[in-house]
Amino acid sequence: MIAAVFVAIYLASVLYIGIFAFRRAHNAGAEDFFLAGRSLGGFVFLFSLFGTHMTAFAILGSSGHAFANGIVTYGLMASSSAIVVPVLLLTLGTRLWAAGKKFGHFTPVQIFRDRWECSHTGTVIFIVQAVLLIPYILIGMIGGGTTLRVLSGGAIPYWAGSLLVALVVMSYVIFGGMRGTAWVNTFQTLLFLTFGLAAVVVIGKGMGGFSATVESMLADPALAPLLTRERIPTAIFFSYTFMPLSAIAFPHIGIFCLTAKRMAQFKRVVIFYPICLLIIWLPCVFLGTLANSADGIPAIQSPLAARQQQPATAESRAKASGDDILVVLLNHYAPVWLTGLLGAGIMAAVMASDSQILALSTMFTEDVFAWYGHKERFGEAAQVTVGRIFIFLVTAVAYLVAQRTPASIFELAGQYAFAGFSALVPLLVGALYWKGSTKYGALASTLWVAASVATVAYFQANVAPGTIYGPVHRTATGTTVFGLLPVVPMTAISALLMWLVSTATPKPSQATITRYFPAA
Amino acid sequence: MNLRGLLLSAITALLFLLHQDFWNWRAARPLTFGFLPPGLSYHALYTLTAAAWMAVLVKLAWPSRLEQDAEDKHR
Repeated sequence: MIAAVFVAIYLASVLYIGIFAFRRAHNAGAEDFFLAGRSLGGFVFLFSLFGTHMTAFAILGSSGHAFANGIVTYGLMASSSAIVVPVLLLTLGTRLWAAGKKFGHFTPVQIFRDRWECSHTGTVIFIVQAVLLIPYILIGMIGGGTTLRVLSGGAIPYWAGSLLVALVVMSYVIFGGMRGTAWVNTFQTLLFLTFGLAAVVVIGKGMGGFSATVESMLADPALAPLLTRERIPTAIFFSYTFMPLSAIAFPHIGIFCLTAKRMAQFKRVVIFYPICLLIIWLPCVFLGTLANSADGIPAIQSPLAARQQQPATAESRAKASGDDILVVLLNHYAPVWLTGLLGAGIMAAVMASDSQILALSTMFTEDVFAWYGHKERFGEAAQVTVGRIFIFLVTAVAYLVAQRTPASIFELAGQYAFAGFSALVPLLVGALYWKGSTKYGALASTLWVAASVATVAYFQANVAPGTIYGPVHRTATGTTVFGLLPVVPMTAISALLMWLVSTATPKPSQATITRYFPAA
Repeated sequence: MNLRGLLLSAITALLFLLHQDFWNWRAARPLTFGFLPPGLSYHALYTLTAAAWMAVLVKLAWPSRLEQDAEDKHR
């Protein structure tokens, strides 16, 4: 319970930061509220962008996935992101920033509408982006509730923990806007980077040393495979390299790219992003794997027992998911005061849903409210007010949906949000690099992404694991197509549609193309 | 794309391919620092290599024309 007190102090701190940001710019306009006036400096831009991308998925999902699958988790998501995400920021992030700065755009959809001279196609892209973003917002709610429940030893129930997190996040996003969110994210990232390292040392010592623990796992035939990757097919491992493509297509990352004061601020992010990934993911994956050998902790034995159940059911998979494994280890091995500090650090990463909620609000007010003439009719102050009301509504709905507690944070994110946004990347490449791209190509890609995500969701909800339809295989935890995850054909076909349909349809005017691709 | 651009793209693609370290798939030893199995130590080193390569890309392939163009238009 003392640990929960530390977390409460932490929550009060982030609330203060948000309100401080509100005091600084409470009468400012839409650009200040939604984009922090395009004025973020290098330090805040680096840590806030990283914190925005690293959610509960990075901390709880990764350690939970490593608990079930072993060290392969690091290669699946972290090291592939280490090469893919910085390259995306260098090639697409800088171009997004330049288009935003040059033409005054707030969102990627505004850039698409301007670049392809379209209206309703932009609205379709907005709807698809918004629907895909919602599961990602849920991750934060679920992670917050789970963390507080475990840290308080069950004294704070899941519903109350997720409600508290929802209220705090909602408050500083409503008051502080992008500036408050960026400052909170910077504070959160620094907190986790610092205390995360302390967690590794304390838990390692508590388990009797890493060398001894690893040797004991290697000596146990049931646990030794977790220290290799033999349980994951190479085709699945390859498929996961497509997931980090989603980073730049996530609206909260795309919009965040527009907040930098100068483009040079991307340099530090591009270089240090892989190092930050290493500092957060390596300990989470390693500790999650080693948790399998932690004897005598009931909270660990319970998911291990659920894992043995045959045939596996949705309920047994939920029990075996181990999303709270890192917090369980902390509770068991760290002194109470340190558990509190580290728990606050975990909360820091878990609460990254703030930027997604703000992004959704920015998209609604810019891509719908302002686009359809309401900004001109009611003024900029009304636009900011609508944005704040929208933040309240989104948070309330996300909280209510999160009470259903889906099976596993990792699965939820991977199957819907990541795959869908990865397959939307051809839109950004087409808009920012290819003069020949058209709104029809963009529409075809977007409709394909929406249809394929809906099909995968329907297939997994209605088809029993083990069923095979030609190249499509319903596995125990998802779906494969020719042995690959759906994200691979989804992205490839999206790119193909963008190319094929664009080549066969009329281009935007030469004046627009020249604005976006001026002669060198 | 000029020769330098092609070379930088090719090295980036090669680095991407090196992520698929199938030769480490079933290896549980040797343990780096006495506790990190090959499947983890390789990818930790891979992550650091990616950071170093990003520093090279920022130095040699930074799109400075974009920034100049955006700043000029903004003013």
